[in-house]
Amino acid sequence: MILTIKYFGLLTEITGRSEERIEFLGKNISDLKDVLFQKYEALKNKDFQIAQDNELTTNETMVTATEIALLPPFAGG
Amino acid sequence: MTRYSRHIILSEIGQEGQDRLSNSKVLVVGAGGLGCPVLQYFAAAGIGTIGVIDFDTVSESNLQRQILFGASTLGINKAIAAKARLEDLNNTILINAYPEKLTHKNALAIFQDYDIIVDGTDNFSTRYLVNDTSIITNKPLVYAGIYKFEGQVSVFNYKNGPSYRCLFPKQPEKDSTPNCSEIGVLGVLPGIIGTLQANEVIKLILGIGEVLSGKVLYYNSLNHQINFIKVNRSEKEIQKVMDTKTFFETLDEVSICEMPIQVISIQDAINKKNVQWIDVRDQNINPEIKHSEVLQIPLKNLEQNLNKIDVSKEQVIFCQVGIKSKKAASILQNHQIHTSFSLKNGAFEVLEYFNNKNYDR
Repeated sequence: MILTIKYFGLLTEITGRSEERIEFLGKNISDLKDVLFQKYEALKNKDFQIAQDNELTTNETMVTATEIALLPPFAGG
Repeated sequence: MTRYSRHIILSEIGQEGQDRLSNSKVLVVGAGGLGCPVLQYFAAAGIGTIGVIDFDTVSESNLQRQILFGASTLGINKAIAAKARLEDLNNTILINAYPEKLTHKNALAIFQDYDIIVDGTDNFSTRYLVNDTSIITNKPLVYAGIYKFEGQVSVFNYKNGPSYRCLFPKQPEKDSTPNCSEIGVLGVLPGIIGTLQANEVIKLILGIGEVLSGKVLYYNSLNHQINFIKVNRSEKEIQKVMDTKTFFETLDEVSICEMPIQVISIQDAINKKNVQWIDVRDQNINPEIKHSEVLQIPLKNLEQNLNKIDVSKEQVIFCQVGIKSKKAASILQNHQIHTSFSLKNGAFEVLEYFNNKNYDR
């Protein structure tokens, strides 16, 4: 399926974009991470959570929706 | 009172709501980009007791966004400078300035005196400290963080809602996020995000509207995109924090950026009982020290060999002259190993010690 991936904060500096559509053939969030890490190796060293349809996921969560967001914490204040 | 007439004529606030504001006590941690607008609106709104804690002093590069300060307060502690400005804005309220660093040691006592906590800090270690103290003292926490043109806001620990750790359980490691150096930020961004925080606090106090609990708001100032992400309470994460309650005040560790490397003399090292000796010199450097008690990990391989570090012991790290060993101790600190010492002089002293030791035997 085609997923829309949104990137936030410093992750956009790695991906060079704040949003993109990718073709995804895997099952769960862990599979999706593999795809993203292959595309953007530097993501591996970053802390972020993944939301699907605006709900937080775990590695085991099945990818069922098309809207995915990668959410890093922001330190600044 | 004329000062609050525009509040009081609102049916949602009225005199009763205004009294609630004036009876409230709110603590703002950090008087920086976020803290300044928060404090400004608190004072203007007549929140009766405002606490502000910040150890830092005002510098010129702060003035682009930290709107309580000016040329006359350069070099002055931010909590003190903020108090002076806020007292001018509203002299009918009480402002408690804490010109100190928030630590595990002082946090519980300071938080105890307030009803609501506002996180306006600028680094992860303090953010987790603020969160954990809020959990233990059972105070709602109005959180925000910013990055360049983006911000995130949420209300944590509110009526059994989630905490910051339920959103981000793991504190980011130093290298993964730029938190010690200025990376730049649009000056108006903390104004927008801090004002959202102030709004949440005032809503909490007045009991009006919908509290931003159970979700985090992401805002992008470049395209006005707003996303709400649902966050569920994790009993496991909350319990982990509650489990630290009895020894919370002893948990202090200086943030990584400022942690001085502990340098130790050979005599003090020998006097330690439970020590792992680590030689971080490259191989084949004289004097060679081959001893069962000495672990050899060249500095360049240290990060790949962290599993060899015995965390049940203290580490005495040495090299030829005490420079590489300092670097090694700092690497271990970055990996949350805070029990290591860098030997002041170096390998020759270690050799002498082990030679004597063998001789004694």
